[in-house]
Amino acid sequence: MGGREVNIPAAATARSGADSITLGLKGITKRFPGVLANDHIDLTVEPGEIHVLLGENGAGKTTLMNILYGLYQPDEGEILVNGVPVKFHSPSDAIRAGIGMVHQHFMLIPVFTVAENVMLGSELTRSFGFLDHRRARLEVQRLGQEFGLAVNPDTLVESLSVGAQQRVEIVKALYRQASVLILDEPTAVLTPSETEELLTVMQSLKRAGRSIVFITHKLRDAMQVADRITVLRGGRVVGATVPANSSEGELATMMVGHAIRLRVERPAAKPGAVVLSVAGLTAHDDRGQIAVDDVSFDVRAGEIVTIAGVQGNGQTELVRALMGLEPVVAGRIVVGGHDLTSASPRQTLDAGVGHVPEDRIKDGLIADFSIAENLALDVYYLPPYASGPILNPTEMVHNAEVRIPEFDIRTPSALTSVGTLSGGNQQRVVVAREFSRPVSLMIAAQPTRGLDVGSIEYIHERIVQLRDRGAAVLIVSSDLDEVLGMGDRIAVMFRGRMEGPFESEQLTRDEIGLMMAGATTGRNATSGGQPGGNL
Amino acid sequence: MILQSVVAPQSTTWNSILVVLLAFVTALVVSAGFVIASDPTVFAAPDPLSALGNAGAAVVNAYGALLAGAIGNPSSIPAAFSSGTPSGIALAFYPLSETLVAACPLVFTGLAVALGFRAGLFNIGGEGQVIAGGLAAGYVGFSVHGLPGIVELPLALVAGFVGGGLWGFVPGLLKARTGAHEVISTIMLNYVAIYLTYYFLNTALFQRPGRTDPISRVVDTGAMLPSLAGVNLRVHAGVFLAVLAAVAVYFLLWRTVFGFEFRAVGSNPAAARAAGINVGRVVVLAMTLAGGLAGLAGATLILGVQFSLTPGFSSGLGFDGITVALLGRGNPAGVVAAALLFGGLRAGSIQMQASTSTPVDLVQVIEALVILFVAAPAVIRAIYRLRTAPVSVTPTVSPGWGS
Repeated sequence: MGGREVNIPAAATARSGADSITLGLKGITKRFPGVLANDHIDLTVEPGEIHVLLGENGAGKTTLMNILYGLYQPDEGEILVNGVPVKFHSPSDAIRAGIGMVHQHFMLIPVFTVAENVMLGSELTRSFGFLDHRRARLEVQRLGQEFGLAVNPDTLVESLSVGAQQRVEIVKALYRQASVLILDEPTAVLTPSETEELLTVMQSLKRAGRSIVFITHKLRDAMQVADRITVLRGGRVVGATVPANSSEGELATMMVGHAIRLRVERPAAKPGAVVLSVAGLTAHDDRGQIAVDDVSFDVRAGEIVTIAGVQGNGQTELVRALMGLEPVVAGRIVVGGHDLTSASPRQTLDAGVGHVPEDRIKDGLIADFSIAENLALDVYYLPPYASGPILNPTEMVHNAEVRIPEFDIRTPSALTSVGTLSGGNQQRVVVAREFSRPVSLMIAAQPTRGLDVGSIEYIHERIVQLRDRGAAVLIVSSDLDEVLGMGDRIAVMFRGRMEGPFESEQLTRDEIGLMMAGATTGRNATSGGQPGGNL
Repeated sequence: MILQSVVAPQSTTWNSILVVLLAFVTALVVSAGFVIASDPTVFAAPDPLSALGNAGAAVVNAYGALLAGAIGNPSSIPAAFSSGTPSGIALAFYPLSETLVAACPLVFTGLAVALGFRAGLFNIGGEGQVIAGGLAAGYVGFSVHGLPGIVELPLALVAGFVGGGLWGFVPGLLKARTGAHEVISTIMLNYVAIYLTYYFLNTALFQRPGRTDPISRVVDTGAMLPSLAGVNLRVHAGVFLAVLAAVAVYFLLWRTVFGFEFRAVGSNPAAARAAGINVGRVVVLAMTLAGGLAGLAGATLILGVQFSLTPGFSSGLGFDGITVALLGRGNPAGVVAAALLFGGLRAGSIQMQASTSTPVDLVQVIEALVILFVAAPAVIRAIYRLRTAPVSVTPTVSPGWGS
């Protein structure tokens, strides 16, 4: 079908279509059954400013932005564009008014090229309705150059990294001449270097007169780029400030409602005997390439070893190999004296290993099962949950009734299906399950990814408690704060090879960053790879 | 896509039952259109009013006959009892008996497909499994002599379960070991079973002595399923077995360790594997059990109704099982209800054709429409303006063909 012609001026440089606008939200109120999502919210976004919207999951940020984008209608209040009240009945209205949104979960077609994705829905056509790929490509390239968003218009989206896909989403919005760009939790899926690149892009957009509404719960990013910060809690605006007048601690307090520790108190580790011993481990990825390359390290009881690294450098495969989910090509894995190199997942779990998987939806939980069933997912066949072949569902419910308050899982009942819980609560279910079993080794992959500040603090506390009770803990994380904050010893993975583990006092944040990018630091001569990590 | 939306509906139970009922009603309404369109009196009527009248009469007659053929005429039952003769009483209950006879194998094949669904498997091999079970049960039935009935009948039934189980085991093993998609392997095995029937029925081992056409020997009386209501009604003890099977499947799925593993694998095989469940073993076990259930459909058919083997005795039961399982939402109680519904439609269609010359195929149309509406609940919800079901936060995505 032929698309609408997008209003592209002949002069490809000057863009008259996207003017700077002032956006205002006055008294916006939105009710859903049982919940007041937005409570008389006032917000203004000035032209050329980066306005950060801070808040925990459930604070009402996404609802507010969905109203702004025309996906919902407010029950009360109005939206003002340049002082004039407007009504958005659908995203098309919002887009026409100059509002563009980049959602947390991308809306891209993996098998289309970048150019095709960008023009999807606003296709450029030649005579007779043929798609004008050439102009679309030129447009994508031009936008990329103007705002520092380098993307190759001909690449298939499925072969792009997460950071690159996000750039495509931003180009999509700019292509539709967005004056105000709403970015919903953009840094949640990015690595540290990709985050830096995004923040740079945001600055260049700002210089071009566009405004950005940056929704996040990451305090560091907020303090770094914000011109103004508005904090939401429980659907209401609880604070509006500028970075110069505030601090991460103050923002966190506003977000959560009470003082919160940003760094978990971690008493010095008292390491004991070696629990996990990995020697010369080699494993493949799902394309048959070497993903873990001759990795050796130990984890002792009573210590936390964190593995830093940009995602995609073998950490995922390492954890899966340790848990028996991937075959080991070479090397040995020994846990508490037992050789688990070719153990099945069940054998590994039975040997006292706990696993908090990287992808909680895919590997950690069964969305259709209840919380009670998920809490018993690795132990359902053992008494008291089973007597021989017969299952005992009431025991599962009893167990859940203990764990739910213990781990502060917010849910109406133990029988609610886990798929309806928020990300933070889902992770608490996984943590409740793994931390309630007797484990001598806990392997946690990206344990706090995508979680709110309260859940992050809670999970970090539990991990430290576990360590102090004598367990060995291995954390894989691409969040540098977590790596530094939790690691008694820190290792870095790059292209399947591991540097370290080093004592955490010996490493600086910059050194870790360099190792994550593959640069040699003179500390370890093994992986002399090319600098510049991810593709 | 269908798998996830049917087996794990994101709506409340009442909501989904309502959708099914309304789907049935809508299907009846649409099919009534066909009845009207094919009735000559409607078009021959002199004016619109009498055309409408004729149309209404045609529909009432057709559906009335359908109902009478399915459950009989309530007013005739006291009359039959007062007549005193057994054959008179039997006549009044004949429709009910026929409904149960038709429903019995559908319960088994419906359970066979539903059990597969629960473990994430698309069991299209019901047809072959029914045949394998029927062949095995029939063979034991007519070749084992001299054993008391109390041994011979269970033996034949077990043989039916084993035969069907084997026909399920093979695709299950192939899937677990090689990833071969069960839709392909089960369909292929259907053909193997169909042609094996022809083959066996022409061998001396199976063929009835004195006949050149492909028909087997008659099953021993000791291996026949006892009739429940005398000579004039066909309803047999297999009906009890069917209900027992439904209860057993419910118990298996929700009260046993195996059932937990089945459901876990069916819902999220990756998480099940990470939690230590042996996914391959679950797949093999699920397909074998499902095959065994379908095999029992064949066994009860041969041992309770037909008493000898002929080609095509399975007559589409395996595929009907898919329809029954979908309608029953993969739930044993739902499967029984759906089987009764379809059994009633089948039994009633004979009467309908006899009384009103409406072809029996209309029932196929009704069944197909019911499935169409059940598979697209959004259509029903839109038509009747039902509340949309609450959606869980994580979108359920079916793995599709590739996994």
